[in-house]
Amino acid sequence: MTELIRKTAAELAAQIHSGEVTAVEVAQAHLDRIAEVDGAVHAFLHVDTEGALAAARAVDEDVAAGRPVASPLAGVPLALKDVLTTRGVPTTVGSRMLEGWLPPYDATVTRRLREAGVVILGKTNMDEFAMGSSTENSAYGPTRNPWDLDRVPGGSGGGSSAALAAFEAPLAIGTDTGGSIRQPGAVTGTVGVKPTYGSVSRYGLVAFSSSLDQAGPCARTVLDAALLHEVIAGHDPLDSTSIDAPVPPVLAAAREGASGDLSGVRVGVVAQFGGEGYQPGVLRSFQNAVEQLRSLGAEVVEVSCPSFDYALPAYYLIAPSEASSNLARFDAMRYGIRVGDDGTHSAEEVMSLTREKGFGPEVKRRIMLGTYALSSGYYDAYYGSAQKVRTLIARDFDAAFATVDVLISPTTPTTAFKIGDRVGDPMAMYKADLCTIPSNLAGNAAMSVPCGQSDEDGLPVGLQIMAPALQDHRMYRVAAAYEVARDAALGGAPILSVPELSGAAR
Amino acid sequence: MTAVAEIMDYDDVVARFDPVLGLEVHVELHTNTKMFCSCANVFGGEPNTNVCPTCLGLPGSLPVVNGKAIESAIRIGLALNCEIAEWCRFARKNYFYPDQPKNFQTSQYDEPIAFNGYLDVTLDDGEVVRVEIERAHMEEDTGKSLHVGGATGRIHGAEHSLLDYNRAGVPLIEIVTKTISGTGARAPEVARAYVSTLRELLRALDVSDVRMDQGSLRCDANVSLMPKGASELGTRTETKNVNSLRSVERAVRFEMCRQGAVLVEGGEIVQETRHFEEASGTTRAGRRKETSEDYRYFPEPDLVPVAPSREWVEELRGTLPEPPGERRARIQAEWSLTDAEMRDLVNAGAVGLVAATVDAGATPAEARSWWVSYLTQQANSRGVELAELPIAPAQVARVIVLVNEGALTNKLAREVVNGVLAGEGEPDAVVEARGLKVVSDDSALEAAVDEALAAQPDVAAKIRDGKVAAAGAIVGAVMKATKGQADAKRVRELVISRCS
Ligand SMILES: [Zn+2]
Repeated sequence: MTELIRKTAAELAAQIHSGEVTAVEVAQAHLDRIAEVDGAVHAFLHVDTEGALAAARAVDEDVAAGRPVASPLAGVPLALKDVLTTRGVPTTVGSRMLEGWLPPYDATVTRRLREAGVVILGKTNMDEFAMGSSTENSAYGPTRNPWDLDRVPGGSGGGSSAALAAFEAPLAIGTDTGGSIRQPGAVTGTVGVKPTYGSVSRYGLVAFSSSLDQAGPCARTVLDAALLHEVIAGHDPLDSTSIDAPVPPVLAAAREGASGDLSGVRVGVVAQFGGEGYQPGVLRSFQNAVEQLRSLGAEVVEVSCPSFDYALPAYYLIAPSEASSNLARFDAMRYGIRVGDDGTHSAEEVMSLTREKGFGPEVKRRIMLGTYALSSGYYDAYYGSAQKVRTLIARDFDAAFATVDVLISPTTPTTAFKIGDRVGDPMAMYKADLCTIPSNLAGNAAMSVPCGQSDEDGLPVGLQIMAPALQDHRMYRVAAAYEVARDAALGGAPILSVPELSGAAR
Repeated sequence: MTAVAEIMDYDDVVARFDPVLGLEVHVELHTNTKMFCSCANVFGGEPNTNVCPTCLGLPGSLPVVNGKAIESAIRIGLALNCEIAEWCRFARKNYFYPDQPKNFQTSQYDEPIAFNGYLDVTLDDGEVVRVEIERAHMEEDTGKSLHVGGATGRIHGAEHSLLDYNRAGVPLIEIVTKTISGTGARAPEVARAYVSTLRELLRALDVSDVRMDQGSLRCDANVSLMPKGASELGTRTETKNVNSLRSVERAVRFEMCRQGAVLVEGGEIVQETRHFEEASGTTRAGRRKETSEDYRYFPEPDLVPVAPSREWVEELRGTLPEPPGERRARIQAEWSLTDAEMRDLVNAGAVGLVAATVDAGATPAEARSWWVSYLTQQANSRGVELAELPIAPAQVARVIVLVNEGALTNKLAREVVNGVLAGEGEPDAVVEARGLKVVSDDSALEAAVDEALAAQPDVAAKIRDGKVAAAGAIVGAVMKATKGQADAKRVRELVISRCS
């Protein structure tokens, strides 16, 4: 049975659809694994045992009756980030504010997963309102990195990445506003994809920064990520910013890439992402990856994107500005917790008391930043300037993609840091997203694929691959080819070196 | 501070000051669905029944623009002679208030859909004033708060508050005038005429119910005074809660007199929001704007820009109704009305109603007579606008048809109208329920005629002698006996035939 949890989603799907194993058995194996190790990892905020088993039974009934299964991933378990609404299942966004809230509706991503027969095991931990890079900002306690339980699993989607690395689920959904899928993927040795902005519906994604938020697939292999990408992507009339265009052929690209040939593919190394502030072992792993891409036939050149240096400050104006407005609705009037409603306080005071109690310090910090940046008299200098930087970054991408097919960089400057190390230093925390933020600002596709371990600490390193908007398939092809070469060189997938957690207790 | 405001004599005010107005009108569109979701857009209804994740602002919900609302906004813009933006965006207006589900209102800021227009307004004496339009923009309505307990129904002092979000997300168009100056003593009249003309235009466009009493048309009046000969604008106040045309005129007039009294005493006008009190005809201070509120507007990232193609705009221009001025001129000619008759019609706010009644099958003379006499009396006695009476032009037309068919006498017709006004249903249903049908059964009438002739043999003899004029007395007696439900003409015919 424990064999099942080590399998890829593609392998599980094949076995379930052929009747070799039932979806219920697969779901139960993962539920057992969660029961066994999640006390130590704390990847899940809510485990929906009954819902998962019911969804699995429905797939088994289809298989038993000889009916076609709902999708290539029917019956495969998945861990869903707690930022996407699930009808009747708690959705907290990692915040005290929404403790006990049962959404009356499913997010479009949730609905697509259900319709595809994907078995949702539960909701994963995250930094409160997706604000953070370590999952330490969750109101419900941090998630731990399965590679080293004293270290963070990245953030904000640390619950989803840790669930994959701890073999609690073969698939997960994350959301990426500044790197919240890719950076956790990098530091847990898993695959994380931020699709092109607008290609996965945001309907039901509790907004942090509307113009940056994007849900995407997380998995342990590139092929699994591609399978999941095709389930969740596609136009949604309920999201005005959803792109009405066919989903890029990411699955075909992942299969094509797995043949291991990248001849004719032009790869650009972003000159700005390296040097000071980067862990030497991370840079060495990255250099190894560059050499492997060359050996696969890719043409690798250095590309300069000078505006990327301003991405971090621009991001920390735009994201908090939008957040200050998006989070205004949490006022205790309609849902969530309510503080001070004892007959002695006015509605305004109840709002204030509730927000004081319901939001954690990082959320308050960003609401204040954003409120300030949007104030009259400061708008042009802050929000306005940041929007201009955004345009410049998009132009740098355009210029780069005129000469190369994809861009690459390390996903994050360092490997997983220790829990508590950066809590008192927001700027150090923010730098974890240095390399991932430009693609959020420009809206193009980007992903992180594991590229071995740093030689000085043995912790996973991520290779970031960026592609133009709606050319998501380009990065899947490169990632799949690299994955094959990497595993050949290492003698197996790096995720298999994650320490055994069995019986781990804390 | 509670002292009753000093009031300056109106003639003195206009002798010493030039009033400057700015009018903001909010129009609720009567689209089938709300501005950003597919909930039904209907007035009333059980609280919180027309709501969904989007208009309740639930976490994760997103807006989608109602295309029909954009179409209406463009048509309103065109009818107000505005330019239509080739590209514009929605913006978030951020402020906390319990009836605002997201604590921001999705509105438009520096990129309105329509701008730079005008509306020509005809005053009672025929003078035409051009009111310039600054902009017309799209936004969403808020929910409604009901404050329970406390004396005033206001939030202050209330024991608890109830919130109804049925209205949240209803499409609104805000129409803002440029400053209106140089109207002198006629400023209050101009304000009323502007809102009245705008209402007529919006009704003709068929974009809104334009019911001031139900809040589907709301006017905020900005008023300031400028000493004669000065060039700098005075401090303005914004008066809200102006719920009828008459109130628009009264509120402006009162504010002029109140501000005049403050200014001649050397006082300063406080820039603030004031509320019009219908009963006393005065305004009282509301929220004071000590610092101008910072709404932290920024472009709404959940929506894409609106970019109406020029072809579409021109297509919509083709759907515009006649401008109110031209329409009035045409109608006056078609219905052969004198200037005075036309003015009465306009003042009664009845042009559109009469036209609609004519469209529904009545003659102009009959339709006009009903609206400017009996129905106007009814409106006055109820203290509402004519258009606000709960009777539709088609119902009036039906009553007129019933009279022409001989099924109702004029007296019965008024009773039928009373029944409709009392909410008893369609005219035919009222006739049925109240038993108001003219007695047209000849045998019943003949019996009544014979009875009357027998009762007044001397009159009967005169008629038999050919003195037909005497028949009136018998007809009267029969009408009395049938409680007015007989057709007098038919009774007369029967009397004469019985006596010949
Ligand atoms: Zn709704």
